Amino acid sequence: MFPTYDVIVVGAGHSGCEAAVAAANLGSKVMLATMNMQTIAQMSCNPAMGGVAKGQIVREIDALGGYSGIVTDHTMVQFRMLNKSKGPAMWSPRAQSDRNLFARKWRNMLEAHPNIDFWQEMVTGIVVKDGRAVGVRTGMGLEIPAKAVVLTNGTFLNGLIHIGEKQFGGGRAGERAAKGITEQLIELGFEAGRMKTGTPPRIDGRSLDWDRMETQPGDEEPGKFSYTDTPKLENQMPCHIAYTNQEVHDILKTGFDRSPMFNGRIRGQGPRYCPSIEDKIDRFAQRDRHQLFVEPEGRDTVEIYVNGFSSSLPEDVQYKALRRIPGFENAKMFRPGYAIEYDYFPPTQLKASLETRLVNNLFFAGQINGTTGYEEAACQGMIAGINAHLNLNEEEPFILKRSEAYIGVLIDDLINKGTKEPYRMFTSRAEYRILLRQDNADIRLTPLAHKLGIRNMEERMERTTQKIEAAEAIDRYFRKTSVSPDQLNGFLEQLGSSQLKQKVKLHGILLRPNVNMRLLRDVLPELNQFLSQYPNEFIDLAEINMKYEGYIQKEQEMVDKMNRLEEVRLHENFDYHQLVSLSAEAREKLSRLKPRTIGQASRISGISPSDISVLLVHMGR
Amino acid sequence: MSYTAHNLTDTIVALATPPGVGALGVIRLSGQDAIKIADIIFWGKKLEKQPSHTIHFGTIKDDQGRIIDEVLASLFVSPHSYTKENVVEFSCHGSNYIIQEIIQLCIQKGARMAQPGEFTLRAFLNGRMDLSQAEAVADLIASNSRSSHDLAIKQLRGGISQEIKDLRQQLIDFASLIELELDFSEEDVEFADRDDLRALVQKIQKLIHSLIESFQLGNAIKQGVSTVIAGRPNAGKSTLLNALLNEERAIVSDIAGTTRDTIEEVLNINGVQFRIIDTAGIRQAQDAIEEVGVQKTMEKIEQSAILVYVFDVIQMSPEEVRADLSKLYREGVQLLIVANKMDLNPYTKFEQYFPQQEAEVRKTNDTPLEPRNPGTPEPNQWVPISALNQMNIDYLKDKLYQSVISQQVSMDDAVVSNIRHYEALQKAYDSLTAVLQGMDTGVTSDFVAMDIRQALHYLGEITGEISTDDLLGNIFSNFCIGK
Repeated sequence: MFPTYDVIVVGAGHSGCEAAVAAANLGSKVMLATMNMQTIAQMSCNPAMGGVAKGQIVREIDALGGYSGIVTDHTMVQFRMLNKSKGPAMWSPRAQSDRNLFARKWRNMLEAHPNIDFWQEMVTGIVVKDGRAVGVRTGMGLEIPAKAVVLTNGTFLNGLIHIGEKQFGGGRAGERAAKGITEQLIELGFEAGRMKTGTPPRIDGRSLDWDRMETQPGDEEPGKFSYTDTPKLENQMPCHIAYTNQEVHDILKTGFDRSPMFNGRIRGQGPRYCPSIEDKIDRFAQRDRHQLFVEPEGRDTVEIYVNGFSSSLPEDVQYKALRRIPGFENAKMFRPGYAIEYDYFPPTQLKASLETRLVNNLFFAGQINGTTGYEEAACQGMIAGINAHLNLNEEEPFILKRSEAYIGVLIDDLINKGTKEPYRMFTSRAEYRILLRQDNADIRLTPLAHKLGIRNMEERMERTTQKIEAAEAIDRYFRKTSVSPDQLNGFLEQLGSSQLKQKVKLHGILLRPNVNMRLLRDVLPELNQFLSQYPNEFIDLAEINMKYEGYIQKEQEMVDKMNRLEEVRLHENFDYHQLVSLSAEAREKLSRLKPRTIGQASRISGISPSDISVLLVHMGR
Repeated sequence: MSYTAHNLTDTIVALATPPGVGALGVIRLSGQDAIKIADIIFWGKKLEKQPSHTIHFGTIKDDQGRIIDEVLASLFVSPHSYTKENVVEFSCHGSNYIIQEIIQLCIQKGARMAQPGEFTLRAFLNGRMDLSQAEAVADLIASNSRSSHDLAIKQLRGGISQEIKDLRQQLIDFASLIELELDFSEEDVEFADRDDLRALVQKIQKLIHSLIESFQLGNAIKQGVSTVIAGRPNAGKSTLLNALLNEERAIVSDIAGTTRDTIEEVLNINGVQFRIIDTAGIRQAQDAIEEVGVQKTMEKIEQSAILVYVFDVIQMSPEEVRADLSKLYREGVQLLIVANKMDLNPYTKFEQYFPQQEAEVRKTNDTPLEPRNPGTPEPNQWVPISALNQMNIDYLKDKLYQSVISQQVSMDDAVVSNIRHYEALQKAYDSLTAVLQGMDTGVTSDFVAMDIRQALHYLGEITGEISTDDLLGNIFSNFCIGK
């Protein structure tokens, strides 16, 4: 009934969708298997994409030819560029999505792809032959043959939902859990663990008093995620901000004895940065209120998402407490919040390509690796999809460096350090965050995607080249064009900046604090004339490159130094036990984690500088 | 970014000859900028313009134009050198002070201190050695850098290390606050107070500055194991010092109380540096000047690692010796009892001065016999000599050496004596300056955070802690975040 597919992707969430698209866009024949085709690309939790560090990841996915950015641009209802008051490396796009439209758009794009087939059924096992994944087995007992398998099971593996004292199997509210895969993988020698996450209640928007909350509108000039020609956002919807109070906290506390978080029923580790409301009031008892973001679920629904009120307390306690929040006095609940426990596989069992060490051609991506977040999941799916394809064609794996992308930081962290709680990306995880900006993801990554041969990258590559050239041309203009005191002194005086005594180069003026490109364009008509030939995005890049040149250079130097170590390759089958000069801990960890490069080895905890020296000596170049 | 230790593109510098005092010292600079750095401090021919494998005479001068030493510079242009990189070797006079000054200058001009075995490592990586040689090098590097790290930590004991740790922790707390602003700006959290941050940075800079100064003053360069020679007037302390140094340094005379001030000398035994402090004699002072001297002696003993108590076997009774010791001895100081003028009474024995049964009595008796007791000296602390006749001086030297090797000595002087610490302090200072400059020019906090991370990294090199990995942990445990 089935042909032999190049790649089977198990699970059609954010990770699975990107995996399917990535492999398909490289030319693989892909089968996307999901338990329910109605929930493809479902946003299980927050109806939003992006945010600090996560927005950068979506831009990176887009620059590499993934679809998350395009889907978001088509389906968002609000856009905000976060951290605008910080430096350009911190600017982070965030979109409020229409949950239903988002899933529909993804499905449409997948269906439009000739290389992607679908199968709706639970996958219960992987067919493994001679240490290679060669297909999957389904609940009905079917076998689908394939050359590679990507597992993106999300929270579905032995998913267990908790609401107060109730608990029941499920991968998401109203959906079945997936059985069989964990058990088989453990039998194959994989180590498995348990994690926990949660989601807040959904509310009937018709029952809320919006006037009692603060309004949070979108940006006046909404941006977007994709570097391609996606539509501009019109008619933005606002979000609202509400606050809990002491009374709310007191009611919540009455349910603590029935909380699965506190009575030990939940054993999985939850994320510290996404705590449930009960966790917040328990751990930070001194705070008399907590902020809640009241977010729309879409344009044509009254459903509301209460961001910040994630809870697994009994539904009656959630309900009573909610109604004490100003604006929520008459709130009706669609469904309560819940906690969910699920299986994951410590990601130190993976190679940097996201292929498992134990079974060839088997890839893991997304929450199964202990991460949290759509963006984190999506980018892993993309990398797994790309590498599944490259593996079949016996090509070198596609691995991004920490200095090239947040995606590189994420995967490098996962495979070398593992994670004990659901891993979310933060800008502080990146050493080189001034280089990893949302405005230059295309410059960093599109040439790599183009070189890989991902479909439809020619036009993007051309635009990226234009952008680089434009920034250089603008830079040259600023360095050679002089301005005189009478042109600028009035303007400088207004800014409280010191006066010019003679002609100076425009470049020096731009470097002054308070001065920026937009202000200069207003006072210098020739400059304005010159810049009008370029799109704003190109000018922004030129401005950032000039204004922050010193910092960018400093980081680039650090990268260059680090790259010397990144380029020294280690043989995968090297027997570290024969190197008696290594510490015992280093021998054990290197044998187990098999780093690809000296740089990677240096980031494994417990590996000391002297161990690295020993390795350098033994590996030579 | 915790990994600058093995930066193979840096220019490195180190003493290439064995440490300790010799007639000559050779300082080797290797790396791309070796010749450029050498040209900044070397006054003679421009090395850049000279052919490889040539030797040039000149002087090394510091920024103030002060001449450090006259040297010979040997030039090896890449790839014709031991490391296959550009190499300059300065042959200078073998004084520890000069050597340290020159190395320090090289670091100021952009070189960094070589890691143990790094010249050899580079030689290997650049294809100079075969694998069997490399095996040996690997062992050497592994053992060397581990022990040198331990040593470095030991050298920086006492208050300073703790103080740096505390300040670093405060800086981590601040860095966390700033990271919080960056990663959680959307949330209802309080942010870092810039004035507090500025004050903290300045406080840390002040401490670092004083540490850098302590190094530059040569305090640390001269720093060895501080060893006090004490005893009654005319016990032969100055003669002993001269015997140890083999030259006339202190004023030697038969008039009791000639040495009114303390005299410091550096003595090198098998590569271990000793700072020998000769003191005024201890007795009831006859005049004001002498009283100051006695006071100083007691202070010096407090700060020293080794106490060499000298007495005259002819003049002193066992009771007087024991009384002196109970007055001088301090807990934690390694004591050597030097019986001088043995040539005049060769039959003097340890047991006569410290009868065994007395020790037994003390052990069984709850009330101590004397208020401050030197413990029970062991026979191996007894060193019979004749300073005037140079008799048994080598034995004394061996005893001094053994005291250090067996690690019975504690070094409490909290000054920077390790050039790697010095280097890390310099860099931390520079990063903190960048933090302040950043705040002054109003750059946004992501850039300030970058410089703080650097500073943390260098401070961590001193305290031996890993750098910024704990930032997030710190955030999660202290702030309520997450929607």
